[in-house]
Amino acid sequence: MFPELNNLLNTTPDRAEQGKLTLLCDANTDGSFLVHHFLSFYLKANCKVCFVALIQSFSHYNIVGQKLGVSLTVARECGQLVFLEGLKSSVDVFFRAQAEPHPLQFLREANAENLQPLYEFVREALKPVDDGEAAWRCPVLLVDDLSVLLSLGMGAVAVLDFIHYCRATVCWERKGNIVALVHDSGDTEDEENNILLNGLSHQSHLILRAEGLPTGFCRDVHGQLRILWRTPSQPTTQRDRSLTYQYKIQDKSVSFFAKGMSPAVL
Amino acid sequence: MAAVATCGTGAGSTGSMVAAGGKNNVTSFQRRGPRASGSDSSYSRLVSIAGTRPSVRNGQLLVSTGLPALDQLLGGGLAVGTVLLIEEDKYNIYSSLLFKYFLAEGIINGHTLLVASAKEDPADILQELPAPLLDDNVKKDFDEDACNHKTAESNIKMKIAWRYQLLPKMEAGPVSSSRFGHYYDASKKMPQELIEASKWHGFFSPEKSSSTLNIEPCSLTHGYIKLLQFIQNIIYEEGFDGSNPQVKKQKNILRIGIQNLGSPLWGDDICCTENGNSHSLTKFLYVLRGLLRTSLSACMITMPTHLIQNKAIISRVTNLSDTVVGLESFIGSERETNPLYKDYHGLIHIRQIPRLNNLIYDVSDVKDLAFKLKKKLFTIERLHLPPDLSDTVSRSSKQDLAEPSKLLGPGCGVMAGGKKHLDF
Repeated sequence: MFPELNNLLNTTPDRAEQGKLTLLCDANTDGSFLVHHFLSFYLKANCKVCFVALIQSFSHYNIVGQKLGVSLTVARECGQLVFLEGLKSSVDVFFRAQAEPHPLQFLREANAENLQPLYEFVREALKPVDDGEAAWRCPVLLVDDLSVLLSLGMGAVAVLDFIHYCRATVCWERKGNIVALVHDSGDTEDEENNILLNGLSHQSHLILRAEGLPTGFCRDVHGQLRILWRTPSQPTTQRDRSLTYQYKIQDKSVSFFAKGMSPAVL
Repeated sequence: MAAVATCGTGAGSTGSMVAAGGKNNVTSFQRRGPRASGSDSSYSRLVSIAGTRPSVRNGQLLVSTGLPALDQLLGGGLAVGTVLLIEEDKYNIYSSLLFKYFLAEGIINGHTLLVASAKEDPADILQELPAPLLDDNVKKDFDEDACNHKTAESNIKMKIAWRYQLLPKMEAGPVSSSRFGHYYDASKKMPQELIEASKWHGFFSPEKSSSTLNIEPCSLTHGYIKLLQFIQNIIYEEGFDGSNPQVKKQKNILRIGIQNLGSPLWGDDICCTENGNSHSLTKFLYVLRGLLRTSLSACMITMPTHLIQNKAIISRVTNLSDTVVGLESFIGSERETNPLYKDYHGLIHIRQIPRLNNLIYDVSDVKDLAFKLKKKLFTIERLHLPPDLSDTVSRSSKQDLAEPSKLLGPGCGVMAGGKKHLDF
């Protein structure tokens, strides 16, 4: 969790909002630091997190999480974190027929229709615990990232349906949050990705967009972050609030500053 | 300094819903730290793998790509468990050379090789590998050493001064397993005895197409399914992932080289038509990466991306690979006669470098890189604009030079992409 980003978003782990869909997207740069931020943020906020990690291994997130002050192994052992490691499970699913439906079942099928097994997995993982233990604050679903599902053969509509089902269960029924990362392919004509990105943009409450600088590579400013607050359910006449900051990623944190105010320049 | 990633013995994954039950987690992505159940012997397990070294930044285990210049640009080398994707140049001259350097480095270091190709028989590819550069007077010593290496068990376990065990052994020959990254002479062939002494597996796609499939037909093309099964078989049977109880856990790296992936010879039609099978290649890359992350192996893939009709696939493939390097040769293009490029044979673009176990990564400041192949060496250098020595610095000559430098602009897309040419 990056304290500066918390200030920009005006949240702290104690007063995390509920029932929100946050969309992370990156264009021409790597937005994975946002995923690490939200993962550590919600773990510190004492929420039950279901992390569908399709793109990197568990130890990658664990090591970065330790730099940010959370231990994923401890969270997983005590039940706060449910981790679906996409890369490792894909090998199991692909080479061996599974007895029961596996969340990544679509890897084996030629024309998978929908992501229902994955949704069932999420629903099961974020089921409220009934036996009176110390309850976690609210369930959170974190997906890294959704564009990989498109590469693996699912259509944009199937992924949108999956998010819709998850929103109904996690956000509305259980008052939890969803955070998902989608890559913005920019000007390469990836139609499916654009459909997915536009569809999700219309449904989200908060959009964090990490972009590369239009002028190219810079050593001191790694990119630009656009924050957009929206209210999708109530069409408002006032404009959605938006802020733009530039950032530099360091070893254990990310520093944000206004455009053109990088410490290297001042 | 001995920050080395140790072999994890299952990171206590009791609560995970999808952990493969009871399997030992072999991944090099774990930093050395205080181990609950570890003893001193666990330190020596991964330390003594020949041809690897830990990364300075995050303790990640690295292997050399065969080109020390490229290793430096990639932050020290290729991380074990990752995929290096080479976007081929137009006539596949320099990318096949990089492929051979990668395999030759594996032979010199004693790694196991897995060569997959749909165009040439892997045995023929191995015959064509370049010879390592040696001093002539120590070549004889090296030949002797090469024979003794296989038999001598030199890892005597030190109990008191165990840190000394981590130091690389000093050897006489310039080509030795303790050195990281060797130089190759592209004009000579690798000595036959080295090739025969090495352990390699070949996958030649036309030969393997007739056996039965025991996987349900998913959207992967036939050639890819067979290749994945082959790779998984080798990893399992030779113990690279530590899951086979009958084989002792390997202390060696498996170098996988796949040539011309995505070309029509593999049965994939993305290079032929725009609406081809758009998920076959990406699914293959995903499962391959899953295999690599859970074993001690590193993979280099060359792919003719300039032939892929659907540009969306290229961006998806880039997102699914860890390191992506693009080669652009000047042969046959108008740049061959451009005075700006007269010393070089092509441009090299580092399109993507992974951030492994870290928020940041090593990235070089130099974005305009060019390569040239001299008689013995393949060098990568920063592209210099030649000095403008004309008597009258006329407007037209400046325009000629400004044109190609504008085209270099998009080649900086590693950290942030910029397309606008800003005239300073």
